[in-house]
Amino acid sequence: MTAEMLSIIAAAIAVSVGAIGPAFAEGRAIAAAMEAMARQPEASGTISRTLFVGLAMIETMAIYCLVVALLLLYANPYTH
Amino acid sequence: MKFQLHPLQTEVLFHAGPVPITVTVATTWGIMAVLVILSWLSMRHTQVRGGWLQSVVEVTVEALADQIKAIIRTDPWPYLPLLGTLFIFLVFANLSGELPGVQAPTAHIETPAALALIVLLSVQFFGLRTQGLKGYAERYLEPNPLLLPLNLLSQITRSFSMMVRLFGNMMSHEFIIAIILFLAGLFVPVPFMLLGILIGLIQAFIFTVLASVYVGGAIGAAEAGQDRSDS
Repeated sequence: MTAEMLSIIAAAIAVSVGAIGPAFAEGRAIAAAMEAMARQPEASGTISRTLFVGLAMIETMAIYCLVVALLLLYANPYTH
Repeated sequence: MKFQLHPLQTEVLFHAGPVPITVTVATTWGIMAVLVILSWLSMRHTQVRGGWLQSVVEVTVEALADQIKAIIRTDPWPYLPLLGTLFIFLVFANLSGELPGVQAPTAHIETPAALALIVLLSVQFFGLRTQGLKGYAERYLEPNPLLLPLNLLSQITRSFSMMVRLFGNMMSHEFIIAIILFLAGLFVPVPFMLLGILIGLIQAFIFTVLASVYVGGAIGAAEAGQDRSDS
């Protein structure tokens, strides 16, 4: 198996496995925010702003995986 | 037909002397020109009962000031030139990718890198200006001088993650549209382009909110703690 084939498989694994954790985490964060907003609708502005920042933080992990996959596919130092 | 799609390379438009001018830079200049012309047009004849363009600009600036005030919990106007311009530029830059024939500048890594660098340096500048050299330097030694390397590292990594987040979102959106167009045909990508408008707005919002949070952290947590009880 060449380095190129290995990098393609590794890129697919990086994105697919790396998306699982952030997906669960975002789901839990949104569920908690929804519950908080239903309890206290007057605080929904603060809650949604904090939610967006938190989602961005969580999403960063998935995007790191995406960047690793892109580096493997397009800027791989081991294949050329 | 060669399928040319590369996320990390940019197309060079022309050379100005030894400096290569890429498509990204040209689009950024175009967006800057549009913003300057819009501001000039709206504020050319300012009146108390202004026209619709003046009202739109005023409402936007007021809303931005309110949002930033809610985050940094102090007078937002010294920081509005940076943070508000950042948001308006990002909205225009992210949404310019939806126009036919235009590439969003934020979908290439150079523009987010420059913006994140601007935010990193201005956070240090605002911190130094409000707290002085001694007060700001002491924040890097909290809670323990042993954590100085980690504090410095966190400054760099959070700017890096801002850059990667904006770049990754915009670029992956462009890629998804290209791949769907390649597989499915003409009208199938339209809902995804609608989603792209949402993604562009949310990413501009997130970038600005994070920049405001970092600025608010640098200009002092003590006064933020006092304000929090009454708001």
